[in-house]
Amino acid sequence: MQADFFAKKRRNSIGFFAILAAITVGAIIITEYDIVKGFESLPRAVTWALGNFYPTQESLVKLPDILSSLIETLLVSIAATSIGAVFALFFALMGSNTTRVNAFFGSISRAIATLFRNIDVAAWALILLFSFGQSSLTGYFALFFGSFGFLTRAFVETIDEVSGGSVEALRATGANYASIIFQSVIPSSVPQMLSWVLFMIETNIRSATLIGLLTGSGIGFTFNLYYKSLNYDIASLVVVTIIISILLIESISNYVRRVIL
Amino acid sequence: MTPLLEVNHVSKQFGNETKALSDVNFSVSEGEFVSIIGPSGAGKSTLLRCINRMIDASNGEIIFDNMNVMNLKKKELKMVRTKIGMIFQHYNLVNRLSVIENTLHGNLGKKSTIAGALGLYNQEEKEQAVKILSTLGLVEHIYKRADQLSGGQKQRVGIARALIQNPRMMLCDEPIASLDPNSAKVIMDHLRNISTTMGITVLVNLHQVDVALKYSDRVIGINHGQVVFNGTPKDITKDDIQRIYGSEAEDLIFDIGGIHAS
Ligand SMILES: Nc1ncnc2c1ncn2[C@@H]1O[C@H](COP(=O)(O)OP(=O)(O)OP(=O)(O)O)[C@@H](O)[C@H]1O
Ligand SMILES: [Mg+2]
Repeated sequence: MQADFFAKKRRNSIGFFAILAAITVGAIIITEYDIVKGFESLPRAVTWALGNFYPTQESLVKLPDILSSLIETLLVSIAATSIGAVFALFFALMGSNTTRVNAFFGSISRAIATLFRNIDVAAWALILLFSFGQSSLTGYFALFFGSFGFLTRAFVETIDEVSGGSVEALRATGANYASIIFQSVIPSSVPQMLSWVLFMIETNIRSATLIGLLTGSGIGFTFNLYYKSLNYDIASLVVVTIIISILLIESISNYVRRVIL
Repeated sequence: MTPLLEVNHVSKQFGNETKALSDVNFSVSEGEFVSIIGPSGAGKSTLLRCINRMIDASNGEIIFDNMNVMNLKKKELKMVRTKIGMIFQHYNLVNRLSVIENTLHGNLGKKSTIAGALGLYNQEEKEQAVKILSTLGLVEHIYKRADQLSGGQKQRVGIARALIQNPRMMLCDEPIASLDPNSAKVIMDHLRNISTTMGITVLVNLHQVDVALKYSDRVIGINHGQVVFNGTPKDITKDDIQRIYGSEAEDLIFDIGGIHAS
């Protein structure tokens, strides 16, 4: 009996890896991807990057322009995340089994959040291109929708995990809904929610760069502009500023997290 | 004396399968200390939660203070809940708030939406909270965060939160199940004291038969959702214990023998 159990488990894992290997090989054959050639070209790519892709003295002239579009991107990301968080909080309260008003609204708001979460920000950007064209509004809404979906899910889990017991206790004292939310749910879950919001801002700043390529706005657009016009030194300066700002934001949010948690 | 609480023919069905309570009948008079004992899954928690309608019973009638709890509208139900304190096995405090804030939560039922949401309490309420916390031996912890307390201290905050409601009755769902024997004794002594000196009716679910027999005016035994014993600790016999706990009762019978002998 026990031997059977382990033998079955082993068979399952072997089967799983066999299928995985088959898919990999299949994909390589279909796309005609040559592994050897792929790895061979790596050193050449590195040599090229070292030879051309670095900032020079002259490129520093463009720094103010770069910084202003970087700041635009940062602000759009932060704004989209914050507004997304406000909506997410509302939908999470409606969707959580601990705090929902009734089962009907509960499943509706969870369904909406699931829909928004399962469409990637890049896909949102493509969809929204039709409505807003190439502008920062497109990027803003793409980030907003993506953050909303993700944060709703994260907030629901936070609420269920952190405040179940005290919500029950306050209901038993006869407290009204608003009191329960503001005296129990919010104080219990705010630190964890803020932590999720910070994480989302970090993620959004990264996505915003890529989305800028699509929507022709922000730092992504700036990069594209110089890269396409063969100004590799300036393009690399853009990359450096992006990396520095991401590291900066990450250390700020790590600091905030340490203080609040 | 008219009873404060009457439970008549109460049943509770979860889904189609689980019958948690079937035709439960008993009554409790003002100021009485009643323990409810029974094996795991017998329906003790369900019964307690039906009384303040944290769970809606399927059938029957629950009369508290001459009101039929099961027919109450939302507003009236909140009113009734303000008169019933509740204490939990896992304390159910807001961990990130201070002891005094958690205690004052007991007053939320009497507050308007705005005052409750903002947590506005007047001087009188704060003084009362301090007074209650002092009697429970928590003066030096008033401004500590709840998660910095020991289990026994947390449970005393739970009692404080219930007491500030100025309740007619306390429902306690295994208040000492997560505590060491010393802290458990402190909690049980406080509950007994609340009942004796303040005249508050106490209904407490317990897993420890010896504790139930020692502290209670009356013991109600539940098995499979049915009341199988209802009487004073003096009247309980080995057969009763056997009926309450079923076939696993051997060790408990030994316990009860020890208690009656001492
Ligand atoms: N929300 C629920 N949904 C479905 N079944 C439930 C629910 N709550 C309780 N039950 C079932 O009802 C029965 C009684 O449960 P209850 O929690 O009242 O027992 P208990 O006497 O408090 O047990 P314990 O001593 O372990 O706390 C159990 O069979 C349990 O599985
Ligand atoms: Mg229970």
